Amino acid sequence: MTKLRQTPSQTVGPYFAYGLSPEQYGYQQQLTSIAGSQMAEGDTEGQRIRVEGRVFDGAGNPISDALIEVWQADSLGRYAHPSDPRGSNSTFKGFGRCGTGTDPQNRFWFDTIKPGKVDADQAPHLNVIVSMRGMLLHAFTRIYFSDEPANAADKVLRLVPVERRDTLIAAHQGGNVYRFDIHMQGDNETVFFDA
Amino acid sequence: MSETINPRDWSGEPSYIAPDYKSTPLRGPTKKLIPLPKTLSEITGPVYGHDSVSGHDADLTVNGRRNGEPLGERIIVAGRVLEEDGRPLPNTLLEIWQANAAGRYIHQTDQHDAPVDPNFFGGGRCVTDANGHYRFMSVKPGAYPWPNHHNAWRPNHIHFSLFGPSFVTRLVTQMYFPGDPLLALDPIFLATPAETRNLLVAQFSLDVTEPNYALGYVFDIVLRGRSATPMES
Repeated sequence: MTKLRQTPSQTVGPYFAYGLSPEQYGYQQQLTSIAGSQMAEGDTEGQRIRVEGRVFDGAGNPISDALIEVWQADSLGRYAHPSDPRGSNSTFKGFGRCGTGTDPQNRFWFDTIKPGKVDADQAPHLNVIVSMRGMLLHAFTRIYFSDEPANAADKVLRLVPVERRDTLIAAHQGGNVYRFDIHMQGDNETVFFDA
Repeated sequence: MSETINPRDWSGEPSYIAPDYKSTPLRGPTKKLIPLPKTLSEITGPVYGHDSVSGHDADLTVNGRRNGEPLGERIIVAGRVLEEDGRPLPNTLLEIWQANAAGRYIHQTDQHDAPVDPNFFGGGRCVTDANGHYRFMSVKPGAYPWPNHHNAWRPNHIHFSLFGPSFVTRLVTQMYFPGDPLLALDPIFLATPAETRNLLVAQFSLDVTEPNYALGYVFDIVLRGRSATPMES
């Protein structure tokens, strides 16, 4: 049987914004965005949250040209995708995209809903792709929530050495805001996955 | 039984840290990646089909026009999106972005002293048809200097972004042009292992070329495939 080789990855580079997130960066007259920071619509069911943070390089400097993409389930833990056997009757799409180049502090942010549990062995989480100039291949990580007791039994967190688990947990800041900083390197290097 | 996603072919991928590409040493992860089981979170992914594309999104010679045609050599870039076993992937979104014919990006942070073309934007998207085919119209992007090292120039290239059938099949890559002398000097292209590098280079095609109008290039893209194995519960 044919076995074709996978096309290798190359960096997203510094100029992805007008192609991948044109509305965020002011190019909406030429191209609409397929996704942005506003993930929850007016009629989306679930607890409204904001997840925000910065991305730091190995020298501790915030990165101004990273792209963060998140994929999540709806408030009942269902993905809007044909491979989710439960189906989803929600209008919630579940995908968000935000560059770090428009906020003065180089934050990314997502206005979304807290996802439900997708199965019995996993705590609520967002699935994350990190891309930037200087990365030849994007990296996968996850965002969990500091106020979820289910974290203790999450089967993915349990694969992570105890001392590194905190790098995957967004800290509740009060109100509806969760803070999740991504450290590409260093003592607090965020856990990245071979997904 | 259910379908699961084949593993990434790490032997064909560039390393996170590639010292000749000088922004990688402080940005690439340094700790070993932790293998992730394929749960519903990994085998599902964002669904973007034909409703994501409208008007002239796939024709970059039109979608940035203000008062005339963009300058440069018109090109057609066409190809198929396939899985590793050769199955075509229908209804899959491709997003592209590129410099104009003079090697200048519309992005406000591009400070290269080459002209902006008022009639060229450089971003576009399209969706594969039932047989996995896609087709863009554009102008050939110019080479441009970058600050990686003395007299560093990026080869002509177009950025491609795809999702494929799941979150983990996501691919962001660059398409290059055949015969470009800058390829042998480009640390980004050269960071890819020698045996897979050429998969990033499009082929000139007289079949895709339109007489009296535009040169044609073929660039097929292969995403991680799916196999019928039990899904981890």
